[in-house]
Amino acid sequence: MTNQAPSTSEIPLIVEMRGIVKRFPGVLANDHVNFELKRGEIHGLLGENGAGKSTLMNVLAGLYRQEAGTILVNGEPKVFSSPRDAINAGIGMVHQHFMLVPSQTVTENILLGLDDPRFFLRLPDYDNKIAELGEKFGLKVDPRAKIWQLSVGEQQRVEILKMLYRGVNVLIMDEPTAVLAPQEIEGLFETLRAMIAQGKSVIFISHKLQEVSAIADRVSVLRRGVATASGVASKGVSRQELARLMVGRDIVFALDKKPCQPGDVVLDVRDIHAENDKGLPALRGLSLNVRAGEIVGVAGVAGNGQSELSQVISGMRECKKGQVLLGGDTVSNHTTLYGIQHGMAYVPEDRTHVGSAPNLSITDNVIMKKYRKPPILKNGLLDMKAAAKLANELKVAYDIIVPNVSTPVRLLSGGNLQRVILAREISGLPAFMVAVQPTRGLDVGAIEGVHRLLLAQREAGAAVLLVSEELEELLSLSDRVYVIYEGKIMGEVNIGGETPDESLVETIGQMMTGTPLDQIQKEGVAAHD
Amino acid sequence: MDFTIILQAGIASGTVLLFATIGELFSERAGVLNLGVEGMMLIGAMSAFSTTIATGNPWLGVLVAMLFAGLISQIHAFIVITLQADQVVSGLSLTFLGAGISLVLGEGLSKAGTVALLPNFSIPLLTLIPILGKIFFTNQSVLVYIGYLLVPLSWYYINRTRPGLHLRAVGEYPSAADALGISVFRMRYFYVFVGGMLAGLAGATISLAVSPGWFSELTTGGQGWIAIGLVIFAQWDPIRAAVGAYAFGALRRLILDIQGPLVLLGFDNPFYYNPYLGFFLQMLPYLFTVTVLVIGSREAMRKRIGAPAALGNPYIRGERGK
Repeated sequence: MTNQAPSTSEIPLIVEMRGIVKRFPGVLANDHVNFELKRGEIHGLLGENGAGKSTLMNVLAGLYRQEAGTILVNGEPKVFSSPRDAINAGIGMVHQHFMLVPSQTVTENILLGLDDPRFFLRLPDYDNKIAELGEKFGLKVDPRAKIWQLSVGEQQRVEILKMLYRGVNVLIMDEPTAVLAPQEIEGLFETLRAMIAQGKSVIFISHKLQEVSAIADRVSVLRRGVATASGVASKGVSRQELARLMVGRDIVFALDKKPCQPGDVVLDVRDIHAENDKGLPALRGLSLNVRAGEIVGVAGVAGNGQSELSQVISGMRECKKGQVLLGGDTVSNHTTLYGIQHGMAYVPEDRTHVGSAPNLSITDNVIMKKYRKPPILKNGLLDMKAAAKLANELKVAYDIIVPNVSTPVRLLSGGNLQRVILAREISGLPAFMVAVQPTRGLDVGAIEGVHRLLLAQREAGAAVLLVSEELEELLSLSDRVYVIYEGKIMGEVNIGGETPDESLVETIGQMMTGTPLDQIQKEGVAAHD
Repeated sequence: MDFTIILQAGIASGTVLLFATIGELFSERAGVLNLGVEGMMLIGAMSAFSTTIATGNPWLGVLVAMLFAGLISQIHAFIVITLQADQVVSGLSLTFLGAGISLVLGEGLSKAGTVALLPNFSIPLLTLIPILGKIFFTNQSVLVYIGYLLVPLSWYYINRTRPGLHLRAVGEYPSAADALGISVFRMRYFYVFVGGMLAGLAGATISLAVSPGWFSELTTGGQGWIAIGLVIFAQWDPIRAAVGAYAFGALRRLILDIQGPLVLLGFDNPFYYNPYLGFFLQMLPYLFTVTVLVIGSREAMRKRIGAPAALGNPYIRGERGK
């Protein structure tokens, strides 16, 4: 190395990325980004969705190839043409969507792609090796278990083990906490600290400010593909300042929410039981209710029956026992049309396949619940002029940014697509709406828009059931929150108007991992004695 | 009627289905559905028979059959793996292509007379086992014995070896395999080729052992389609595939043989005197296939197990969530 700049610190750099440029069709995902990682640090990489964090790290992990810029590992320039090259250089990534084969065991997944074993698998030998490795880093998981039997938190441990087994020194974690309950997050942090203690380095990608402040030694921030901060010490920077670096303006943490004035019970879910796609019980005697003019949240770790709950309510899944009442009428085990006619609106989790017909136009998508009635229905035929007029009105009213309404919805961004779906659902003036993960994968601006629409529904007197894995979202929007765990409600908490306190979050977290509310309260009283 | 003789012949007949089913199983385990089995079997049957006539060496016939059918399968591989086209459409066209090629090249072969067949023999000692010895180990073609070996070897390969692990990963979750340095494309080409070779072997088994000769498209008579159904029935497991293949083979033989005798169980044989009943019988294996397909796929849907998760999907690098 010739013109090496004198380092401000004695700790050597293990990874250095210089002037990284990466384009996708129509997007400059990384625009001459520099990034430095020191040995033995946890480096937080902050940014909004779509800021280019994952892209930058996918370049470092060998999944994408940069168009310009260099990567140095231990001062030596490296070219990665595959993830395998990166792993050989000691860099491994744990992706947000786990790359694990569900039907194979933990050990089989870890051995995948390795040269050892050469031909015969001899799994028992390797099971022991992997158990030992897990012990060393506080990653408890049964090597013989099949992936599909594991919780999301355990699967994440398998992903980390997969990289540690390959001897990586740099571990990139892409949004690792998004899928975890609060208690599991603490466990993950302990593992990461254990890795640092053993001389490894960690890059922690997140869009959650408080997490990065809690775990990272230094922070880098990306905004729209440009680094707005590089390796600042996380102790010396405020949350507000980081937020400004991320978003480019001050973000308002609180929403304008009027006091709740609930009316009659609109949705009444009584002791329902249902099975998941595998035929296993997913809901086991779940009851809840939503009144007019309130938003009721359902909190829980992914896969505890949230999807099945919303499907039973909307009529898309068989209700084995119990019933769902909407405005006093039983809507469970009826057609979805029956529910719609009783004032049901449904914003499903899967926007592209359930929420919309991807190859159809915006017009076709917005009339899907209206074509049976005038003005769209005219003399027994569709009046496409009236449909286009409606679509154009909704386009303006819901701020759908698109040149014209004949565009197929598959070409829309996530935020625009969600606005199309909300436009369709809300314009039917529903008495009740169930929204599942309505802001997943959207950027901050779009999230704000969706939140405002949900609050507007509440003020218009509709009952809203909001299913989300984002606790912050639930706490800021909901009037009440139910916590679901393994298909049962663990308890219900009221959310006051002011910012929720720590103990409430703690209580919800405990319920999310399976402790019922009454038990928490009993123990709480006991602890005070 | 001697049922052990029917079952003995049924095992031989089932060997055809066994090879084709295991071949398709390998291809599907890698994530590639190949509906061209029937076409590849016809290619195999025709090329095995004509090569043997030309050279007098049935082993050379088997080799050519496997290579030719394997080669044909690579057309499908190219279309669905490299060009990422629809696997169903490509597989169906492969059936027609294979049938067309074999009918043209096999023109006149049906009058070509008899050929040297693959040897039949009995396994000493094992023939002494009561009933089973007669059915499985007496005077069977060498290909039948190869079939017996193929089943446990396939199972062991898929479930207990490193390449088998990689095969399963490629069919279940190709991007996970790709991320760890396994070449999804190369693996898929290879297993489609294996599937083609085994379909070719199945064809050769017909024309050189089970019902020797070339009878144009009647040579295979839809057994390629039954094999595709059997893969689902087998839930992608070689052991279950063997059970299914031999059971269907025995059923085929039973249907053929039951129409022969004048007297059945002391009565006039209705299947002999009424030709319509005969047609009905001949329909049964296909009816069974449809039934098995419906039940099998409902089961697989319900349990979400069995079918390789990536079956039928082209692998496109860099596409998220695949």
